[in-house]
Amino acid sequence: MNQPGIELREVVKRHGSTVAVDHLSFSVRRGEFFSILGPSGSGKTTTLRLIAGFEHPDQGDILIDGRSVRDVPPNLRPVNMVFQHYALFPHLTVSGNVAFGLEMRGIARAEILSRVSAALDMVRLAGKDDRLPAQLSGGEQQRVALARALVNRPAVLLLDEPLGALDQQLRQEMQVELKTIQEQVGLTFICVTHHQEEALTMSDRVAVMDHGRVLQVGAPQDIYTAPASLFVAEFIGLSNRLDGRIAAVEGTRCRIEVPGLPIVQADVPAGAGPGRAVSVVLRPERLHVSKQAAPNGFDNVVPARVAKAVYNGHEMQYQLRIDERLLWTVRVPNADGGQKRFLPGDTVSVRWNADESVVLAQ
Amino acid sequence: MKGPAWRRRGLLAASLGNLLFLYLPIAVLIVYSFNAAKLAMTWQGFSLQWYAALARDHALMVACQNSVLIALVSTSVATLLGVSAAIGLERLPWRLRAWLDGALLLPLVIPEIMMGVALLLLFVLIKVPLGLLTVTIGHAAFNLPVVMVIVRARLRKLDPQLEEAARDLGATPWQAFRRVTLPLLRPAIVGAALLAFTVSLDDFVVTFFTAGPGSTTLPLKVYSMIKTGISPEINALSAMLVVASMCLVGLSLAVQRQRKIYSLIH
Repeated sequence: MNQPGIELREVVKRHGSTVAVDHLSFSVRRGEFFSILGPSGSGKTTTLRLIAGFEHPDQGDILIDGRSVRDVPPNLRPVNMVFQHYALFPHLTVSGNVAFGLEMRGIARAEILSRVSAALDMVRLAGKDDRLPAQLSGGEQQRVALARALVNRPAVLLLDEPLGALDQQLRQEMQVELKTIQEQVGLTFICVTHHQEEALTMSDRVAVMDHGRVLQVGAPQDIYTAPASLFVAEFIGLSNRLDGRIAAVEGTRCRIEVPGLPIVQADVPAGAGPGRAVSVVLRPERLHVSKQAAPNGFDNVVPARVAKAVYNGHEMQYQLRIDERLLWTVRVPNADGGQKRFLPGDTVSVRWNADESVVLAQ
Repeated sequence: MKGPAWRRRGLLAASLGNLLFLYLPIAVLIVYSFNAAKLAMTWQGFSLQWYAALARDHALMVACQNSVLIALVSTSVATLLGVSAAIGLERLPWRLRAWLDGALLLPLVIPEIMMGVALLLLFVLIKVPLGLLTVTIGHAAFNLPVVMVIVRARLRKLDPQLEEAARDLGATPWQAFRRVTLPLLRPAIVGAALLAFTVSLDDFVVTFFTAGPGSTTLPLKVYSMIKTGISPEINALSAMLVVASMCLVGLSLAVQRQRKIYSLIH
């Protein structure tokens, strides 16, 4: 189980003068749900196309199950792809689409029939086998695309923004369904997405990409709670940010000077010393709001004024004005049914402990 | 459809006027092809005698055969070359494609008479005897861009990822073309071929310049018959030509319209 299913070694791909993928290296374990997360233009789709074989790396190598696929054309690679807009064959029925890969491999008719119907059962499309793609809803088309790829039992399944074309409701349903199917078939999934919630929900591990490079690879919790860089912190989830300079280091704690605010106490980032310019990143759900001005045991207290209060059912979302430049977002769960609410214009204090922030080098 | 009643009535009248303008001569032609009278434009009763006379006219039957043969061969050649050219062009780098586009589509805008003269000069220059072969080459030449335009319009609407999907599912480039691209292009190809066939069947100008002894086509024959006076036989012949052409064009449009089903999901 621990042998990598896919390994990229120092892969470089240029499109004209721009570098789409820049010395990219990572490996994906067998049976893992691996997501590549990044903004558009970060090279994530190119990475997927390199693995599928639609593009050829300028440098570096790609290994699937330990074998280099550098010179293997797409039709001979043990990978299958779910395309962003599905790319279903419009002239073939649902079962014609799903059977396509098996037919290309010359599998016997009887086996094709049983495997196609098993695949359609799995994606809950039994009974729609002789429809044309145009007669299906977006969600159904998505599931046909999934069945068409899975039926070939590839070593790796590639998904390019698989839920991008679906509406919010369906998207959340499919997130769970995709993950369930992946666990059921036990295949390696590599999923490209710009949607961070999708990546966090479905993946065993996430790689965050930008400008053709991987910035961080890790489990969703690690990426969210311990981002390796400011880019990762701000790309994943909401975050409030304070820019300052380390004034003093005392053991594992440091004191950070932020212009216009009281001294901020935080855990010391690795390898940082006094004088270093840093950013303190605070997640909206880690902040505590109170009308009391006293620290009450918290390491940090900052006064603020409520600019906006939004009721979201399960939580309150506040926009807090710290000073002219800083507007923070804070989330308070409505555990008490929303009794303890603050109103716009209220003066409050925002409090947090040193270990509830992340300090990152600028 | 909203608006004052007078406007609606006006539009209706204008449309009817247009239709009459376009189809009245044809209708008259067809009606008179059933006229029993020998010469006059007066109606003297219904008769199929002119159609019977057509069937007995040997020279006319030969012209008819020539027309169909030329149309079949030139359409096949134009379709084969046009489809290959369309697919090839789509895969060229942009700059080269733009240049070749212009070159290949020029025959569409060149006056037909110039094309006829040019072909004649070429055939004389390279000493090819005028006959069925030269007419067929001429027809293939003006039909090539017609086929290409229609097929490329369809090709451009195809999702390029469809071929990638086929490759991803284990198809070789040839299999991907045969199993995915070709079936999706088929309505456009059939439609283009039918249109090319019709244009070839009706063509006069290029045929006139490139035909030689023994390669008289139906339009040429009709023209020569008219020079010796309008006989009701010509009415019958023209009526058949018109109806055949209309059927072919209608069929071509119907086949091309099929693609609507295909493009629904895009």
